[in-house]
Amino acid sequence: MVACSTIIQVIAQLLIKAGTEQLPADPTLSQTAIGMFTILPLFAGYACYGLFTIVMVLALRHGELSMTFPILALSYVWVAGASAIWLHESLNAAKIAGVAVIVGGVAVLGRSDKSA
Amino acid sequence: MNSTPLASMLWVLVGGIVGSLGAVGLKAGAGRLKFTIGALLSNWQLIGGVIAYLASSVLFVKGMKQGQLSVLYPLVAVGQIWTLLWGRILFKEKITQNKLIAVALILVGVGLIGYGNSQSEVTAVPAPATTVR
Repeated sequence: MVACSTIIQVIAQLLIKAGTEQLPADPTLSQTAIGMFTILPLFAGYACYGLFTIVMVLALRHGELSMTFPILALSYVWVAGASAIWLHESLNAAKIAGVAVIVGGVAVLGRSDKSA
Repeated sequence: MNSTPLASMLWVLVGGIVGSLGAVGLKAGAGRLKFTIGALLSNWQLIGGVIAYLASSVLFVKGMKQGQLSVLYPLVAVGQIWTLLWGRILFKEKITQNKLIAVALILVGVGLIGYGNSQSEVTAVPAPATTVR
């Protein structure tokens, strides 16, 4: 269930990134805020985050917090992959290493809850 | 595609700070959570937390407009470091050795991505498949 929720996060990020295309160049903060309600992909992206929150709450009710964070950190891997495939962004060794190290960091952060 | 401008990274990083304050609000508000409409509306910490989350998402979207998702999204993880700091200062949570290791890893990772971003302008290496660990 937690693994599924990371897929929802990636879909949300892709929708949000696509939605920003429809914002004016160098938008003001109020234009951005209004756009989040009027631009469909942006709104849908945040709706996905709402769905993600619900799935997370349901998952956490089963009390698997120490496993949840490491799995959630996978969203960084999916987003990097999705960016390369669908947004044609250039990945290089340094970026891939950076994502891997952050995944490690977020995973360790989650696990430390248990020992704290 | 061009590399990500510094301004976009700063918007996302500031969004992370605001978002971490949202977490503080939720944590403080959760302490006196009651599920009646009156109690929820007078729970100013909870409301403040939600407003901070909404504000942080506006900053994220503003930052996302320009630049690469593969660079900007990992920067969100820096927000976890601020949350850790507020936890220490406001809720007297312990900073364990694991947490310090996590902070170090996140910072190193962000540094690597920033470096990779500065290189992507010069030499765009075709993407190998992401390694699954």
